[in-house]
Amino acid sequence: MSTREPVSQLSEGGRGRKRATAFPPSPLLASAELPKSAEGDPVFAEPWQATAFAMTVRLHEQGVFSWSEWAEALSAELYKPGRRADASDYYDCWVVALSRLVTGLSIASGPELDALTRSWQRAAEATPHGKPIVIENDPLR
Amino acid sequence: MSEHHHGHGHDHHHHDNHFTDMEARVKALETVLTEKGLIDPAAIDAIVETYETKVGPRNGARVVAKAWGDPEFAAWLKRDATAAIASLGFTGRQGEHMRAVFNTPDTHNLVVCTLCSCYPWAVLGLPPVWYKAPPYRSRAVIDPRGVLAEFGLELSAEKKIRVWDSTAELRYLVVPERPDGTEDFSEEQLAELVTRDSMIGTGLALSPEAAR
Repeated sequence: MSTREPVSQLSEGGRGRKRATAFPPSPLLASAELPKSAEGDPVFAEPWQATAFAMTVRLHEQGVFSWSEWAEALSAELYKPGRRADASDYYDCWVVALSRLVTGLSIASGPELDALTRSWQRAAEATPHGKPIVIENDPLR
Repeated sequence: MSEHHHGHGHDHHHHDNHFTDMEARVKALETVLTEKGLIDPAAIDAIVETYETKVGPRNGARVVAKAWGDPEFAAWLKRDATAAIASLGFTGRQGEHMRAVFNTPDTHNLVVCTLCSCYPWAVLGLPPVWYKAPPYRSRAVIDPRGVLAEFGLELSAEKKIRVWDSTAELRYLVVPERPDGTEDFSEEQLAELVTRDSMIGTGLALSPEAAR
């Protein structure tokens, strides 16, 4: 099965709290080609996609970059040749766009991000089951 | 009274956890942005929580609905959940084994362990943020009845609570009891009653009235 299918739209259960309106809508919801449910909420195929989305919303809220800077960075990735025909790489493009903004704004360098990425991968491999994966678990750190 | 079960395979010293390139890159961005004071992990969690029910295919609801309506499928699910779930076209990303635990009038099941990457979110949906907190995990094992009561799930003292701790190889799906008044419901309608919380055992399936 593909985990990239649109998520099913099931009613909110649990403790009866409806949280989808807890935040003012971010302008980032207008991002080009953003995968959305019938109700207009963003949908995510995997948890990391939701984290990437949330970080971008937050950075924009904090004024780290403007809407047009974001739109331009995202478009540059989305309209590159070689995208998957089923658009299942949408959030891959999103993360690359976000990384480029972060390095372009000198918040971190490309090599620094690459090194941290590898560090997290080693940390995950080194973390036993049942323990939280923290970067300090990277044996080379 | 409660029991604490571990799945099979305690001696799994091979890699329990793995991050894909994208997962690791997102963690790297989170680390750097947090260090620079540009984001606060709690704020990110809060935004993610807004959308937590929008993540993943959440196909567990369809598995439960089918089990409610089809006794043969239910028996298969009980015997070999991995194969029964795969027969619907759902397989875990890492091919993990699933075990279905069935709530009955005298037993309630609760799943803990979301601390590592072994949580089957593709089946259950994203875990709630509080569920990943270490205090929840330890308290759920020691005092499941008290923890459930905090979530508004009051179980009678006679009801036995079984707590299941997933391992790297074995993940659990709680099959909640079918709500009353759903005899003429289609599988699709039934699936709408199956919440994420009911599949991890911190809630029950919705009543037809509550789902409306």
